[in-house]
Order: sequence, then structure tokens, then C-alpha cells
Amino acid sequence: MKPRHKRIGLIAGGLAALSTAAYFVFNALDSNLAFFVTPTEIAAGKAPQGKIFRVGGMVREGSLRRDNLTVHFVITDTAKDVPVAYTGILPDLFKEGKGAVAQGKIGADGIFVASEVLAKHDENYMPPEAQHAVDQAQQTAKTLKP
Amino acid sequence: MNNSHKIIHWFKYASPQSFYPLAGKLIPWFWALAAVFAGIGLWITFFAAPTDAQQGEGYRIIFIHVPAAWMSMFIYMVMAAWAGLGLALNTRLSGMMAQALAPTGAIMAFLSLWTGALWGKPMWGAWWVWDARLTSALILFFLYIGFIALQAAIDDPRRADKAGAILALVGVVNVPIIYFSVKWWNTLHQGASVSLMKAPTMAATMLWGMLIMSLAFWMYSIAVALTRVRAIILEREAHTEWVKELAEVKGVTP
Repeated sequence: MKPRHKRIGLIAGGLAALSTAAYFVFNALDSNLAFFVTPTEIAAGKAPQGKIFRVGGMVREGSLRRDNLTVHFVITDTAKDVPVAYTGILPDLFKEGKGAVAQGKIGADGIFVASEVLAKHDENYMPPEAQHAVDQAQQTAKTLKP
Repeated sequence: MNNSHKIIHWFKYASPQSFYPLAGKLIPWFWALAAVFAGIGLWITFFAAPTDAQQGEGYRIIFIHVPAAWMSMFIYMVMAAWAGLGLALNTRLSGMMAQALAPTGAIMAFLSLWTGALWGKPMWGAWWVWDARLTSALILFFLYIGFIALQAAIDDPRRADKAGAILALVGVVNVPIIYFSVKWWNTLHQGASVSLMKAPTMAATMLWGMLIMSLAFWMYSIAVALTRVRAIILEREAHTEWVKELAEVKGVTP
């Protein structure tokens, strides 16, 4: 065996080992790196039982209710809903109809008791006037619907 | 014969001896471009770009955060390409270029993490979360630090280049993971506002500000990397005649 062949063999072996490692790392990340589960996944029983996890989705319009220091709201992915109760300060960007991620546990009554609520903002950046125009257009679209 | 002239011309600059003066000539131009772009970009950042409808004034950190994050990924790819070239062709300059790019890439990665934290606290309500985008960006920062440390730990520059190159090439797998993390997994970090596949989801002035700031960061990175590579060339080629003959070296060395 020539030294050149040996070197090529070493490089090929190294690459093979590397891609195997990358594959396993990727797989591990794939099952663990989801930052939150969606309400649909919870309904399908994919949420960890009796453990702290995060649920993410939209805050349902009109669901926000304040009860002393505790806020109640519903996180939805439009298919399924999860009711959430949280005592604490909400981030500024937390709004109905916007994205949010809550960390906590599901109680026996089916209410998700959050210990932390994060606002998830979207990738859209526009001046307030443009936002106003978008809202107007959506209103018009709604009223035009049969 | 005309054709071969061109080829020789390009290979000429692969040798440190001829690249050194070329880099010296180019550096002021890249500094000038960086200053011009930064001037325009910062003016847009603070005066021309409108307030964001959702995030108010706080979104303006995007003009530093996004260019820094882009550069951290781009510099890594360039660094890995130089490192790979060095492994394959055994050229001296390649390893020096990779070594010169690493600190700038690390600074960019650090800036993107730091500005991201400053942005995350008021917008999300957390300085840091372990979501896929943030974690993979942190790994990129550690890859840069690891590359710098590994290179510095080995005394023989050729062996240091080789070891660093292997680390750099292995780390390349992380870059697409960073880029696509917001698509592949549920992350707290929002999706991309600018991509090749779809129209940008930003107001035009904001987008221009971000792109011009990115150009400023890019030109700055080239300028400092070239400055650094000149220093590395002087250090590594200190034993050669041409370095000893340089005007800036003569009289300095005993």
C-alpha cells in the first residue's frame, strides 16, 4: 500500500466518521431542540407528562382576562387551544393575536400554569402607518366576506 | 502564451511575498468604503428608518444585530474555504488567511449574541433562551474560540494550520444549522425577514439600512483581516530575505 493510498483511506474514514457523528447530533437536536410544543401536539399527547415544558402559539383574540395578579389567556394554533394561567409581569410585546411562548406544567384541571411567559414576535417590520393600512385592509376583507 | 500570463498573475498573489504589498495597497480602500457605508447606514439607522409598528424604537438594534450575525456565518464559510484550500493545495497563504479571519469572525459572533440578548430582554422578556437558533449561534462562537485556541496551542505554524483547518471544516456543518434552525424547529427567534426565496418582509428604508450596514461590516472585516494577515506574514516569514529587506522592518529588527 502506497502512502498516498493510506492517506486517502484515512481521509475517507475520517469523513465517514464525521458524517455519522453529524447524523447522530442532528437527530439528537431534532428531537430535543424544539423550543416549544404546539397545542395540537399537546392534544396528541406529545407533551411530556408531569414535567415542565413550553407551549407556543397565538394568544387567542378576546381571551385575555385579568384576575387580580393572575392573567388568564388561551394559546391557540387555530386547531387546538390551551388555557393558560400566569402570575407575573408580561413582556411589552405580549398581545392578543400575537405569538407567545409559556413555560410551565399542565394542572389536573387541564389549565397550563405558566411560570414564565415570553413574547414571540414575527419577522415583519413596518412603520405604524403601514401597519394601520394592513389592519384596515384586513377589516375590509372581513366585512366583504359573505 | 497570452493566456498563461493571466494564470501566472493570479498564482503570483498566492505567495506571501507578493500578497503582502497588495494587501497593503488594498487596506485603505476597504477602510474608506467601510467608513462611507457605516456613515450612510448609521444615518438611516437613527434618522431615516421609521419606528416599527410592533417593537417601537427597540427594533433599531437590528441594524447591528443582523449584519453581525450574517458576517459571523459568512466569515466562517470564507475561513473554512481558506483552511480547506490550505489542506488540499498546501499553500502557505491559505492558513494565514484563515488565522487572520478567525478573530474578526469571533467578534461578529459575539456581537450578534450580545446585541441579541439586549434585544431579547425587552421584546421576548428574556436575555437568553436555549432555542435552536441561539444555541447554534453560541456553538459558532465556541468554534471560533476553539479554532483560535487550537492554532495558538501548536508551535509549528504548518501543523497548527492543519489542525485548525480540520476543526474549521468540521464546524462548517453548523452554519446551515444556524441558518435553517428557525425553519426546521419551533424557535422563539423569529423567521428570516430577508431571504433569496421570497420578498423581504420589511419596509424598504429599514431593509436598505440593514443592507448598507451589512456592507459596512463586510468592508470593515476585509480591512482588518488584511491588516492582520500582513502582521501574520511578517511573523511567519521573518526568517526570509524579502521580509528583512522591507522598509518597515529594516531598522526595527536588531
